[in-house]
Amino acid sequence: MSAPGTLSFCYRLLRRQLVLAVRRPVEIGNPLLFFAMVVALFPLGLGPAPDRLADFAPGILWIIALLSNLLTSDAVFRSDFEDGSLEQLLLSPQPLFMSVLAYITAHWLITGLLLALVSPLFAVMLNLPAQGTGTLLASLLLGTAVLSLVGCIGAALTVGLKRGGMLISLLILPFYMPVLIFGSAAVQAAVRGAPAGPYLAIIGALLCLAIALAPLAIAAGLRISVDA
Amino acid sequence: MAAAGNTPLLAVDDLSLERGGRQLFQDLSFAVHPGHLLQVEGPNGAGKTSLLRIIAGLSRYGFRGRVTRRSPLLFLGHHPAVKGLLTPRENLAWHVSGEAQLSEDQISDALERVGLYGYEDVPSHTLSAGQHRRVNLARLYLSSSPLWLLDEPFTAIDKGGVVELQELLVQHVERGGAVVMTSHQALQVAYTVTRLDLLRGLLE
Repeated sequence: MSAPGTLSFCYRLLRRQLVLAVRRPVEIGNPLLFFAMVVALFPLGLGPAPDRLADFAPGILWIIALLSNLLTSDAVFRSDFEDGSLEQLLLSPQPLFMSVLAYITAHWLITGLLLALVSPLFAVMLNLPAQGTGTLLASLLLGTAVLSLVGCIGAALTVGLKRGGMLISLLILPFYMPVLIFGSAAVQAAVRGAPAGPYLAIIGALLCLAIALAPLAIAAGLRISVDA
Repeated sequence: MAAAGNTPLLAVDDLSLERGGRQLFQDLSFAVHPGHLLQVEGPNGAGKTSLLRIIAGLSRYGFRGRVTRRSPLLFLGHHPAVKGLLTPRENLAWHVSGEAQLSEDQISDALERVGLYGYEDVPSHTLSAGQHRRVNLARLYLSSSPLWLLDEPFTAIDKGGVVELQELLVQHVERGGAVVMTSHQALQVAYTVTRLDLLRGLLE
């Protein structure tokens, strides 16, 4: 009985998280439902004129994606904290950096990836010009991964608190701003016919930075939360 | 897993802990060698759980003194770390502690030993609290860590289970492992139990 290699352990964690998510489909459905509801509300608030909606569509879609990500990041470590699994994870002989990445990957797969995949549908609802759809998808794929990484820092820091939801928003919203700015700018550029590549490259750079640094912060945050 | 005779698996030097203005224990020193079965005693609120968490490395601040760990350890705390949505088999196979890559047979065997034969593949939320504890205790049968830290392992376990668990603990220390556990019940085992009272120190 030797300890599993780091990669096979991470794969095991990922599989565990995904099975847990699939067995509670509400948690997968909620962010998507939220996305759909808010998108449906905007034409009521702004007026149904297709031109005006098209103007606002990149920003609207990005803001909603950001908010639905924010709503779910609170829960990433919560149940594991409550049933003691988190203690066991911290005591495990595996590098916490990689384990944490497995948790984040699972979170991204069930929120960010799905949001990005359904976004073209909502883009049509908001009359986003067709040339922006590809960029919307790409920017959301990259951007939601950054959001998941950053959101998990907040989740790790507040997991020990009874009502951490509000605090999470205050803590991590400032870090969401660059992603929002470059994400919606990429889509707007694509709609105008300008190259979106530079914006996507910046989001990609943010993602690289977040992958390298966020797990360190998350690991430290989890240790503090379990210690308290 | 036979460790050399005189190196302790765990050494605690001058450990003092203060919580909320109260001194819980002071200048506690002891070493745990292979073959040791150490029972930590003290009234409720004496700091038994805090001591185990410090030893395990979960609490890293707020105490004075030094803890030296020289071997992999297995910590079973108050929370069973059993996911209700997973079956007992999945709970063990995908356990977050990442101790070992377990085969189906090993897991079935361990679950059978803790009396969960026939419950391997039902969702854990349909099990009772005692059965949840038993899923967690099955990790003892699967563990290769020499040092076990058990916080109230007998909670919610029936009489027969307690007897079996005590036998398992003795087997483990006889194989060269060591156990540090908290419990309010006296252990009914044919083995020398070292008792540590948090207020009075080691009892002979």
